[in-house]
Amino acid sequence: MPLLTYLEAIRQGIWEEMERDPSVFLLGEDIGILGGAFKVTAGMLGKFGAERVIDTPISESAIVGAAIGAALMGMRPVAEMQFMDFIACGFDQIVNMAAKMHYRWGPAVPIVIRGPSGAGVHGGPYHSQSNEMWFVHTPGLKVVLPATAYDAKGLIKSAIRDDNPVIFYEHKFLYRRIKEEVPESDYVVPLGKAAVRREGNDVAVITYGAMVWTALEAAEQLEKEGISLEVVDLRTLLPYDEEAVLGSVRKCNKVILLHEDTRTGGMAGELAALIGERAFEFLDGPIVRITAPDTPVPYSPPLEEYYLPNARKVIEAARKLAKY
Amino acid sequence: MTSAKTAKNSKTRSAPDTATLERMLYYLKLTREAEARIEQVLYRQGKIVGGVYIGRGQEAIGVGSALQLIEGDVVLPSHRDFSSFLIRGFSLADVFANWMARADTPTRGRDNTLHIGDLKLGVIPIISPLGGTCPVACGVALVLKWRKQGNVALVHLGEGTTSVGQVHEAMNMAGVMKLPVIFIVNNNGYAFSTPVEKQFPIKNLSARGPAYGMPGKTIDGNDVLVVYRAVGEAVARARRGKGPSFLECKTFRMTGHSAHDAAEYVPARLLHAWAKKDPILRLEEHLLSKRVMTRQQIDDLDHRIRKEIDAAVADAEARPLPKGKTALEGVYCEADCWWGESRIQDSEFGSQESGVRSQESKKEEPKPTV
Repeated sequence: MPLLTYLEAIRQGIWEEMERDPSVFLLGEDIGILGGAFKVTAGMLGKFGAERVIDTPISESAIVGAAIGAALMGMRPVAEMQFMDFIACGFDQIVNMAAKMHYRWGPAVPIVIRGPSGAGVHGGPYHSQSNEMWFVHTPGLKVVLPATAYDAKGLIKSAIRDDNPVIFYEHKFLYRRIKEEVPESDYVVPLGKAAVRREGNDVAVITYGAMVWTALEAAEQLEKEGISLEVVDLRTLLPYDEEAVLGSVRKCNKVILLHEDTRTGGMAGELAALIGERAFEFLDGPIVRITAPDTPVPYSPPLEEYYLPNARKVIEAARKLAKY
Repeated sequence: MTSAKTAKNSKTRSAPDTATLERMLYYLKLTREAEARIEQVLYRQGKIVGGVYIGRGQEAIGVGSALQLIEGDVVLPSHRDFSSFLIRGFSLADVFANWMARADTPTRGRDNTLHIGDLKLGVIPIISPLGGTCPVACGVALVLKWRKQGNVALVHLGEGTTSVGQVHEAMNMAGVMKLPVIFIVNNNGYAFSTPVEKQFPIKNLSARGPAYGMPGKTIDGNDVLVVYRAVGEAVARARRGKGPSFLECKTFRMTGHSAHDAAEYVPARLLHAWAKKDPILRLEEHLLSKRVMTRQQIDDLDHRIRKEIDAAVADAEARPLPKGKTALEGVYCEADCWWGESRIQDSEFGSQESGVRSQESKKEEPKPTV
């Protein structure tokens, strides 16, 4: 089985859907001739032509709005935000037009809005954001964040086939840093389902995106100290897999909620409330959150290093929680 | 779907025949009376709650433009274009029922006013953040262009809305991609309380057309025949593959911004002046002078319209309100769609089994990676 990077897996997933379904097409800035700022769509213009791989002006609202209009006419557009930081420029179209349309008057809006997000690449405040919670807070959308190359391909295919607007966050730190065996076959990974990345008994770490690897790195170290971490990768934040979260909490009785996103209003808060409501009796220790602080993502390396969660922070928290 | 030959090669419909003239008067009057019933009767009786926005005095824009549409075209009307919905085939009773928040309506009680749509009728509604339908119209037009059937999209917006950023993004995209979309601006003098002098620094918005690579025209929006002709020209251009157009229709808002806006900021002299240019009076005069209709026929029409509205209101009022718990349904479009029939639109390009495709592929359960 071929080894693909996370980025190549996404490219293959999109490519296969473009081949399989002529109603799938791509639009975004620099996706055609250039093949995308990160080369995710490299080769697609040549293979599928200019009608299906459209280089747009710099117009996030028009990109998203046009995707919605095309979807109403029966197409399945995949719109790229060059960096997910720029999704803010298309915010109204996403939360007011796309998210509410089916609820209000019935049509499906089968669009995917995809792009690179996340920090750790010296990108500074506008090339590093994790802004997924803006959309997790918007009923009608689906929000997906793959952490592995296998999932990246399977989830982009599911997202494209889903009849709802899906916001698909690709973690740019993972693009070329992880490689894995990815089947060449047509497989899908379901939306709305978490995955247990590592089974454990002492502390459950619920996380997503690049932080899955941070948790796994911490787990390796902690195993040597006799602390067994269970790592749950949420994969989809909206709708999220409540049963997977509660199941791990009931099993481990201690939980760390880990994300690269900032603290206040982050997914950890939502999960903490869920756990408090539905698994209170199973808790043998306080719920712990490890997140970025409530600041924009800073640029200078020592600042960004301070800002981001890392394996050391997870290890320290897990040791403390294990002793509680 | 109309054949390519019929759509692309149809003559510019600039001179309406008798039947079309009579339809024009019918829709102008139906719109005027229906909206009067909404704003001055049902709303005051408390039978309509929430915001009420009508287009009194501006009816010629919706009527003149919608009558140029053929099957396969798509219109994205504004809240001042009640007539566009009726001309495309919405039932009057359904529209009244939606105003009155009933369950059996195009929105099932989820949205109010003219936020109603139907893809089979080729109508896509606004959202309250105005301007949002302009980019959507570009996406519609993109697909219409690919299909090569000569169909077009019309998107309506107010002059205030032309200040919104995404309208400019849409016009720019339409121009550079040469999309078959016509931007129709209803310049009725006021955006809520903001007069045009505070809205933009130019006199005629038609100047914006060439700035985005398309013809721009400013016309008398209270003459339905002028609107009909101008929209006809723009539509013919687009059908021939010549791209978008921009049309500014000058009219006046003869009501408040909404039913609860007394609009005291509007000088009375403006209302008096524009009342003399009323689109319905002007068409009546034209039809009488050309002997297309007699006064008696027009009076009969008024009578028939009142009866039609009475029946539609009664039909709508008889419908029940939705049950509270149904608020939870239909957030997502799933295979068992709450809206009843499959709402997945057919695509000429793609498969028509949307929603079940994911079951065709093998589902490999992911393994833990460590």
